[in-house]
Amino acid sequence: MAEHALLTMRGICKYFPGVRALENVDFTLRAGEIHALMGENGAGKSTLIKVLTGVHAKDGGRIELEGRQIAPSSPLEAQKNNISTVYQEVNLCPNLTVAENIFIGREPKKAGRIDWKAINKRASELLRRLNLANIDVTKTLDSYSVAVQQMIAIARAVDIQAKVLILDEPTSSLDENETQRLFEVMRDLKKQGLGIIFVSHFLDQIYEVCDRVTVLRNGELVGEYEIDELPRVELISKMIGKELGDIQNMGKNASAVSDEVLIEAEGLTAFGRIKDFDLTIHKGEVVGFAGLLGSGRTETAELLFGVAKPEKGSIKMHGKEIKLSSPLDAMKHKIAFCPEDRKVQGIIGDLSVRENIIIGLQAKNGMWSHLSMKEQQRIADEYIKMLQIKVSSPEQLIKNLSGGNQQKAIIARWLVTQPDLLILDEPTRGIDIGTKTEIQKMVINLAREKQMSIIFISSEIDEMTRTCTRLAVLRDRKKVAELTGDEINSDRVMAAIAGGV
Amino acid sequence: MEKWKKITSSHLFLPVFALALLLIFNAFATPGFFSIEVQNGQLFGRIIDILNRASILIVLSMGMTFVIATGGIDISQGSVIAISGAVCCYLIGGATDGTAQMPLFVACLAAVAVCAVCGVWNGFLVSKLKIQPMVATLILMTAGRGIAMLITEGQNITVYYKPFTYIGNSIPGSPLPTTIYIAAAVVLLVVLIQKKTSVGMFVQAVGINAEAARRTGLNVTAIIFIMYIFSGMCAGVAGLMESSMIAAADPNNAGLNMEMDAILSVALGGTLLTGGRFYIGGSIIGAITIQTLTTTLYALGVSSEQLPVYKAAVVILICLLQSEKFKKIIERKSLNQKKAVKQV
Repeated sequence: MAEHALLTMRGICKYFPGVRALENVDFTLRAGEIHALMGENGAGKSTLIKVLTGVHAKDGGRIELEGRQIAPSSPLEAQKNNISTVYQEVNLCPNLTVAENIFIGREPKKAGRIDWKAINKRASELLRRLNLANIDVTKTLDSYSVAVQQMIAIARAVDIQAKVLILDEPTSSLDENETQRLFEVMRDLKKQGLGIIFVSHFLDQIYEVCDRVTVLRNGELVGEYEIDELPRVELISKMIGKELGDIQNMGKNASAVSDEVLIEAEGLTAFGRIKDFDLTIHKGEVVGFAGLLGSGRTETAELLFGVAKPEKGSIKMHGKEIKLSSPLDAMKHKIAFCPEDRKVQGIIGDLSVRENIIIGLQAKNGMWSHLSMKEQQRIADEYIKMLQIKVSSPEQLIKNLSGGNQQKAIIARWLVTQPDLLILDEPTRGIDIGTKTEIQKMVINLAREKQMSIIFISSEIDEMTRTCTRLAVLRDRKKVAELTGDEINSDRVMAAIAGGV
Repeated sequence: MEKWKKITSSHLFLPVFALALLLIFNAFATPGFFSIEVQNGQLFGRIIDILNRASILIVLSMGMTFVIATGGIDISQGSVIAISGAVCCYLIGGATDGTAQMPLFVACLAAVAVCAVCGVWNGFLVSKLKIQPMVATLILMTAGRGIAMLITEGQNITVYYKPFTYIGNSIPGSPLPTTIYIAAAVVLLVVLIQKKTSVGMFVQAVGINAEAARRTGLNVTAIIFIMYIFSGMCAGVAGLMESSMIAAADPNNAGLNMEMDAILSVALGGTLLTGGRFYIGGSIIGAITIQTLTTTLYALGVSSEQLPVYKAAVVILICLLQSEKFKKIIERKSLNQKKAVKQV
């Protein structure tokens, strides 16, 4: 094929205080191709896109578009350089008409006034070109579904004479049919010679629509591959950074699982979260939720904690059906949930470590049965000692602790409530190796000695193979496999995550 | 030096410092500022006057403190004061022979109850409908005086029933104005709630990180809701004192701009307007400071029309002192100066 490089990025570096977001990353986009950008959370995908679209200024490297060096310093400048972006959330104005949305900010004028006729005519022509002929451009944007809105956003991007189109997770809120329509549009645009950068966590979609893939990991380039020549399992191992068969199972959790069923989920379904999810958890069992980001791990766990309500399906605890309409409900049923995003969903920054530890129990007890200061201090001291949280005093503000110690304090908060089921969502992300091991040991001990049931969610497969007695593998918001005992090894897990092949 | 830094970084430093400054100023500028006379077993003097007026502000600021701690604001308090006065005076009636249509106690209770309903309205808009607190309470701020007007049928009701005036002044034989006792009672109640329940911690948690608070099992909606009701009730009690002082219901002027003074008191007391950590003691001293400022300005002959200009200056000052950016600029400046001194 005689494709020439449309866009080249060479040696891109980007540093944030204390973090190396991108180190010497190369990226090449050819005209007339759909190029996937893959990597786990924190790999640097979004940073790379933000550098390209001028949101972040790069700290090193050069960007060339059609052989001409560019250095966009704002999204507007990137647009002038024919680089357009369509984000996950449609960023158009829902109360303006479709045509207005397409031409906003660059309305064709006639005698100093906006030429409405031309706007409407050109808008419908444009949409016809994208096979969207049945859209009435004089209707307001919010009269169409999110999928159509997304196409309109793309139409707008295309009409700004884009040469490079960036689609950042465009399919996450679309259903199957809508996704297919989007793909058709993408293929059309590809034929017209656009270069499309496609960011998605859905493997099936990547394989369906993309030509090439660039994989990033920890801010570094892993490589660029032809999608047809890269088996799924290899793609996964490149993203996660483990060679197949490379990992030895060390000190596997061989705890005895009791036969007593603690919680049963049946046919749990919530749109955009998970479909038909069945799971049975026994007492003293450590169940892992494996899968890539966006596969529905967190979303499913949240259904079990009342953060969101399932549309269909039932949850039974000790054989009795329970309804969870708020986290407090779940807590009363002795369920605890240690969230993924520690900063936003976990810590209450301006409160002390003591308060952060006891607030869960206090919320469960209600505001009138106030724990005395003495009792609070006793509990806080006990758990600070037990989990070896490093604090100058229990009265230290939690926001001043390191990430690992914050995480331990949040885990302490939940252990204080004496849960039967403890859900740990990425408990080891962003913390040092020492603390990681401590947390893994703690999980095994809790299950073994206290017969606590634990749902363990992690992106690190070896961490899961070490701690879990059973693994539910999720892909594209569905449970695709369940592994137990010896089946839990990285090869099997990766194969299951990749699926398809 | 370390000790000095510890003192200045305390949240009480600012209000106490400002109050001390004002008192020292008055000691020189206003003759007889500190003198207290005893007449018929009652204490009289500027200080007593200030405490009398400040009591209203203290009660108001208690409600405001909790609302602000949740990350909200209640700018309808001033109008709710007018409603409270209107309800109470209407129920007692303006009979010129000095009789009351209804027992004073019942009238007061009814007034506070109506104000609690105002709080329910605000709380509903903010916590359930998730309307921005400023906008939500703006509705009652503008409509409230109209409601008060409807209750009094468009007129100022003057109350001739003597016991009604005891609320805002003194009960015969008591050395101090009743307002001070009322304020003390409200403060005591708040302190008890602080010590004996988890309300304080929950409110702070909601104000600091509502999402985390919800995931920790707190009923964020209910907590915010209740705080607006409490704020309404505080305004109700303040309204009783306010209308009793003039023995009348004045829908147009009762409590006018008082919510601003309450916000100012809370901010001066070290509670950030973004919510989170709050300081009851700070708000109380803040309220006394603001009232002292008002009285001082009046004593200097500043007219009530010009008063807001001076208060605005105080607001700017407080905001500057609370701003992290401003602190950094100051720190850098003083650091540079030190460096310059060393180089010399």
